[in-house]
Amino acid sequence: MATVKEMRTRIGSVKSTQKITKALQMVAAAKLRRAQVATEAARPYAQRMSAIISNLASGVSGPSAPLLLAGTGSDKRHLVVVATSDRGLAGAFNSSIVRAARIKIAALIDEGKDVKIITVGRKARDQLRRQYGERFVFSYELGLKAPNLALVHPIARQILELYTAGEFDVVTLIYNRFKSVVTQIPTLKQLIPAQVEASGEAGAFYDYEPDEETILTELLPQNISVQLLSALLENQAGFFASQMAAMDNATRNAGDLIKALTILMNRTRQAKITTELTEIVAGAAAV
Amino acid sequence: MSKIQFDLVSPERLLLSQQVDMVTIPGSEGYMGIMAGHMALVSTLRAGMIDMKDNGVDTRFFIKGGFAEINAIHITVLAEEAIPMTELDLAVLDQRILDAQEDEIAAETDAQRQKAAQLVDDLKLARAAF
Repeated sequence: MATVKEMRTRIGSVKSTQKITKALQMVAAAKLRRAQVATEAARPYAQRMSAIISNLASGVSGPSAPLLLAGTGSDKRHLVVVATSDRGLAGAFNSSIVRAARIKIAALIDEGKDVKIITVGRKARDQLRRQYGERFVFSYELGLKAPNLALVHPIARQILELYTAGEFDVVTLIYNRFKSVVTQIPTLKQLIPAQVEASGEAGAFYDYEPDEETILTELLPQNISVQLLSALLENQAGFFASQMAAMDNATRNAGDLIKALTILMNRTRQAKITTELTEIVAGAAAV
Repeated sequence: MSKIQFDLVSPERLLLSQQVDMVTIPGSEGYMGIMAGHMALVSTLRAGMIDMKDNGVDTRFFIKGGFAEINAIHITVLAEEAIPMTELDLAVLDQRILDAQEDEIAAETDAQRQKAAQLVDDLKLARAAF
């Protein structure tokens, strides 16, 4: 059995771990609130943009439709963009994204498709590198700042360049949708060709200034950036929520452990005192 | 006079959503005044000022390009960046001009260069107006 001194050291180390998890939990809770506000503030833009695009798309079809909208007509070569966070200590947050990505990638490979991967966030890179490292096109890190347009522009530009160079037919984005503080759902979203929901008010005739083509060639790339941005914002909010829950659990577990260890330590100490006393009494009686 | 619903959104936030009398937007082919009953139109926007009139009160916003979707009862402006005039100052504008000038120099294709140059000109105009 461990000695009292050993147990005291152990309790001390669990206590300092608990302090760290507690601090991380509070930091995550504070950041979560800000991230949630940012996510909700960014939603109207993305929603209205897809509304405009689906309006436009119902008007353009056939061979004249731009590549980003209509696709290349094939679905042989896939690009999968996996977005996670840079950091860990957030429960199953990153692994659930990576698991969804693995399933998707494996399914595509089984179908005989050609798959390439772009990772956004350090965790996606680290967790997928061993299995699919040779399929990586590029890896991005998020850095410490909150996601903004300046951050996603280079990623969007690279995707667009590869796409217009004819490297891919389909681009899919994988991230965690922030449903609530307790639920984040790994989500697959097809970026290219743009997915257009059939709008109820189809047939609204719009005039275009300067013209349809110019607008679509500006709108569609911008749409990629915006989709990416909203995915990263959802990820960020989900990450903090998940981290908060994970650290809350860890703090509670540490508390339980400290309680159990303290009881054990006190018992051991008491047992030792009792033994010593019995020995002294027995010794005195023998004299 | 019937009013028109005006929504101004930037990627970061929804700046405004309300009924107004008239909105003037910097369309790519020139400034346009939009009132209720306007024909359906989608236009790209240049950098410039949005001028919103409601009950005789003027409110202005600076935007850095974007899109507008207009129909008879609704106008939605998707701005790449939008700043209310009250929060705008010259330092911000100067910074945007510098950025655009750098883009112009760094541009790889003629189309990009033209676009950046256009942005520089528009920003300078906005600065002069300010």
